[in-house]
Amino acid sequence: MDLNFSEEQEMIREVAREIAVEKIKPVAAKHDETGEFPHDIMKVIAEADLFRVFIDEKYGGMGMGTVALAIAIEELTWGCAGISIGYAATGLGAFPIILHGTEEQKEKYLPPIAEGKLAAFGLTESAAGSDASAVKTTAVRDGDHYILNGTKQWITNGGEAETYSIIASTHPKKGARGLSAFIVEKGTEGFDFGKKEDKLGIRASATRELVFKDCRVPAENLIGKEGRGFKVAMDTFDASRPGIGAQAVGIAQAALDYAVAFAYEREQFGQKITSFQGVKFMIADMATKIEAARSLVYKAAFMYDEKDREAGMFSAMAKLFASDTAMEVAVDAVQLYGGNGYMKEYPVEKLMRDAKITQIYEGTNQIQKEIIGKDVVKHIIRKK
Amino acid sequence: MLNILYGRNKLNVIVCIKQVPETTEISINPETNTLVREGIESIVNPFDEYALEEGIRIKERAGEGKVTVLSMGPPQAESALRECIARGADEAVLLSDRRFAGSDTWATSRILEAGIRHIGEYDAIICGQQAIDGDTAQVGPGISVRLGIPQVAYVSEIIELTGQECKVRRLVETGHEIYEAPLPCLITVVKEINEPRLASLRGKMKAKKVDITVWGLDEIGISEDEAGLKGSRTQVVEIFSPPKPEGGIRIEEEDTGAAAQKLYSLLKENSIL
Repeated sequence: MDLNFSEEQEMIREVAREIAVEKIKPVAAKHDETGEFPHDIMKVIAEADLFRVFIDEKYGGMGMGTVALAIAIEELTWGCAGISIGYAATGLGAFPIILHGTEEQKEKYLPPIAEGKLAAFGLTESAAGSDASAVKTTAVRDGDHYILNGTKQWITNGGEAETYSIIASTHPKKGARGLSAFIVEKGTEGFDFGKKEDKLGIRASATRELVFKDCRVPAENLIGKEGRGFKVAMDTFDASRPGIGAQAVGIAQAALDYAVAFAYEREQFGQKITSFQGVKFMIADMATKIEAARSLVYKAAFMYDEKDREAGMFSAMAKLFASDTAMEVAVDAVQLYGGNGYMKEYPVEKLMRDAKITQIYEGTNQIQKEIIGKDVVKHIIRKK
Repeated sequence: MLNILYGRNKLNVIVCIKQVPETTEISINPETNTLVREGIESIVNPFDEYALEEGIRIKERAGEGKVTVLSMGPPQAESALRECIARGADEAVLLSDRRFAGSDTWATSRILEAGIRHIGEYDAIICGQQAIDGDTAQVGPGISVRLGIPQVAYVSEIIELTGQECKVRRLVETGHEIYEAPLPCLITVVKEINEPRLASLRGKMKAKKVDITVWGLDEIGISEDEAGLKGSRTQVVEIFSPPKPEGGIRIEEEDTGAAAQKLYSLLKENSIL
């Protein structure tokens, strides 16, 4: 395995980095405070071609895979996780179509996403979190349509996205095997948005309920076959989890950068606090964990692009380790800032609030451990 | 939002740019009185980024056309032109020749004029208001005079551009002025005119591969006497850092009112007021 990024991948990093530095970072605190969705920055990201990287060339993309997506997410997130999630969640919403969509679905829905129209993925419900099979939203076939009823909860890009990949139950008695995936367009009759959530972190992102009331969706919008919804969702997460890992690395790197810059300027007992071993050791631990997390994230993305059969396990490991790292590093960054770190005037308390979600969404870290544990046993036993 | 009305759907724009040292890092060697260039990053002159953005917007709104970036400089100025391609320019021409070295604004505008004539067809030429290293603001106007086309300097808005003429807003100290000029014309722009876009991924990939046209003195057909030191009417005699002011009093009150009060008292005490 080549541990270096290609020249084209480095270009993605440069492009995304410039957006993060020039456009995102200066407005991060404002969006965190107001919770206003960053439409103008989504436009900048689109104009920079970053929505194209995870979509095939055939559909207006650049076909650069999940490594490319992870690079873009890491760098944009360095500027603000709440803002970059609008981009990352579009990848999440597009993956069901990319992975299981028909040719017609891809031709219709992927080119607008490549151009920067947002997408969203709707699985979670109030009673269906880690237990995805408990989905109560139903889809009942009626001639050449399906009629959707139910409420999805905490959907990122809710209300902002044009295209929604929705998991609903076509055979409620069958549980996970009764789930199916559908593409629902914004503006479809019977499809509305509930309240916008007031969140601890990633406050710039739009997190809303999706409400379906006798919503008629054309049968051709079924993704894959009936009963394959759970598989569509799990495959989607395999593809998107390195992105959450990358997001966590972006948060952690920002926390380290801020903390070191602050500690270097801060003097106590007549010297820079970076000259104290206690502080240096903290910085060393933070930096080492970040590098380890970054390596795991890109290894998982690389394995996914290479269609390695252990990619799913690695993407769960990457998500688990990187999100725990982000949380630890962000907490340490606040610690290094001392009392200042606790104040909203400084940027690190936001990073601590932003970091927490990475341990929870797209599969809690406990669910990641379930996946990893099961897969490790399976792989070792198989090798015997 | 600019209200641009187009009479035709194809407009070709030439944008003149200069590669300059990142001046926030600049220093002068006190022994030799020359700029310390080692380790100083080279960038596209910031004012020229606004010129490029405006050129791209004109082309985009016209629907068709071409934005050509033009620069005179040493071979390494190619990287500045590639940066412009990454930000959306279509083609790039570098005028580079040892015999151009030492050109002042007079010779530079002659060289750029010849380069523009060699490019041929154009509807508008856009320059930044000035370069941040020389700060003369003479080259843009110099080009227009030599080409015999109208010029409007310090433009803050292109109000209208019909293909036959343009109507622009010009920033002056006392407010603004509205000018109309037939095309082709040359404008120099101020930073209020737009917000330049960042490089796109496809732009960067194109910039990596694109061939930069390089023309020397012979290609653009001017004589040696018109370029470089020989073709220059001015000469730099000395470069030096202004002496650091000595003495003085710092007013360090955090409260603005208290600071003003202290300044007032000081001026009063010293019989200045």
